[in-house]
Amino acid sequence: MAAHAERVDARPHSLTSSAMIEVRDLVKRYPKRPVNAVDGTSFEVPRGEVFGLLGPNGAGKTTTVGILTTRVRLTGGAASIAGVDVAAHPVMVRRHIAVVPQRNNLDRSLSARQNLLFHAAYFGMSRREREERADFLLDQFGLEGRGDDKVDNYSGGMAQRLMIARALMHEPDVLFLDEPTTGLDPQARLFVWDRVRELHGRGLTILLTTHDMDEADQLCRRVAIMDHGRILALDTPAALKTLIPGASALELHIARLDDDALAALLASLDEIPEVERVEQVEASGTVMPTSAGAPWPEAPAPNASAAPAEETVIRLYGPREPALIGRASTVVAEHGAQLTDIHISGATLEDVFIQLTGRALR
Amino acid sequence: MAAIAGSESGVNSGALRAFLAICWRDIFVVGRQFPVFIAQVLLQPLFLLFIFGRVLPDLGFARGSYATTLLPGVISLTMGFTAMQSTALPLVLEFSFTREIEDRLLAPLPVALVGVQKIVIASLRGLLAGAVIFPLGALILGHNFHLSSAHIPLVILFCILASLLGSGIGLCMGTFVEPSQINIMFAVIFTPLFFTGCTQYPWALLSRIEWFQIVTLFNPITYASEGLRGTLVPQMAHMQIWISLLALIGFIVGFCSLGIYGFVRRAID
Repeated sequence: MAAHAERVDARPHSLTSSAMIEVRDLVKRYPKRPVNAVDGTSFEVPRGEVFGLLGPNGAGKTTTVGILTTRVRLTGGAASIAGVDVAAHPVMVRRHIAVVPQRNNLDRSLSARQNLLFHAAYFGMSRREREERADFLLDQFGLEGRGDDKVDNYSGGMAQRLMIARALMHEPDVLFLDEPTTGLDPQARLFVWDRVRELHGRGLTILLTTHDMDEADQLCRRVAIMDHGRILALDTPAALKTLIPGASALELHIARLDDDALAALLASLDEIPEVERVEQVEASGTVMPTSAGAPWPEAPAPNASAAPAEETVIRLYGPREPALIGRASTVVAEHGAQLTDIHISGATLEDVFIQLTGRALR
Repeated sequence: MAAIAGSESGVNSGALRAFLAICWRDIFVVGRQFPVFIAQVLLQPLFLLFIFGRVLPDLGFARGSYATTLLPGVISLTMGFTAMQSTALPLVLEFSFTREIEDRLLAPLPVALVGVQKIVIASLRGLLAGAVIFPLGALILGHNFHLSSAHIPLVILFCILASLLGSGIGLCMGTFVEPSQINIMFAVIFTPLFFTGCTQYPWALLSRIEWFQIVTLFNPITYASEGLRGTLVPQMAHMQIWISLLALIGFIVGFCSLGIYGFVRRAID
């Protein structure tokens, strides 16, 4: 819920000068395809930001990342990493970046540790440097003692951790993570999230693509939602959630009142100056309240299961819900009603995603 | 590292170091799997030499001198096919199933050089396999083993060219053949290459079957076999050495350029 209350400046700290990733009117058209895979995309990621690229399959995320990581040739527009043009100087760009792919691409002819050592050797690190760093990273990624194992014997989670460790061997400035936790168990997922936060803390710029809205919400400072090769929305997760009109509301749970008392209470609540609209939601007990007409499913109240069998749920809409809490609870108390729960309900990133990209299967 | 990334010469020396490191990775892997590599490479020539150079002459189906015709062909075939198999199959696998090559494609060197590196290592593997055939041939063929030492530099040159040729053909196959068609590749490409490359017969004598003599001219292995035949057993009928040499170089340039083009096309969308 903390993220819901957060309001961060949606713009990068400073334009162009500190942009680590810069994409301008990017176009990619594959031969013999009727539409552009990437169709005039622009965005910037400042140094040190964790940036999320969200979109359904085929939205153009992978192609965009492919261009930025020098594996896909762009058709139009421009892209640069750390100020270096990806089309003109791909070799120089590769020194700045590291890629953690979605699918295991570890070198199966080598042990885990050798995977790290050879990767560093490709980047010209000295033997001592790469051995020290390999040991450090194996340790940091919970793989100590498993360095000499064949990577074939690694579980999905271990392979993912090793791939992140490998990416960090040459100390890149920008890390590309392609769906970093898809298919991982919850422990491995949390572990990867913690490492991403740590890397962010150390100033690494990270671009991650994901289908996991929770992941984007948790990790990314800003998120771009992409579909059909275009960016549909780009903002902080908190700001994106406000894209759905009336997405957030102050929700009051009140022990059941008789109809007259309820009508009086609703009228009083409506008189609070900051309240734009009052809505009574059909609800009782353990049944999850659903607001009529809202296009998104309602998140369950934190203590829904502990709520008494009979209660009324009232929603207050206004520009700043937290400011309403004091007034609303006073009004409820004045009417002699019993407040059983109060919280701010909001749209999730997934609601925004579905709203923007539709429900059709890809 | 950022300092290195800044300058053009830094990029070049970085690319060279990356190239050498990638070569070292392949040598390291071959070294670790050396017994497997030797078995994989040598069983075919071993049986070829044994059956055609030893068993058939001993049974009276071929003359003892046939072994002398056969040996240069088997050497060129072994080098060419070893180099070919060292690029073709691993590339198909690395690009599709294991994706192992991705880490090297993201190394700080031009992608084409990763393709060149494949040719270099595959050729070294071919040369190594070819080098083992000499003692193996002496062992199996016994008193039928007669090779001339008059043209050693040319022999070495033809060995290098035969290996390069195999690598180039392999690089083309590895990058143009779809993963789902690997089995077809072996049947449709390897088999004709194996039998029409003048390895088991000298080209000059094919004048009796003229249409087949023409067919063999389209197989680049022919020129490697004939070149080695001309330099290792000059007393036998063979194609003129300069023709073999020019044709081989032509095929190598063609296949290697096409292979590197295919490699870059495969590596970068």
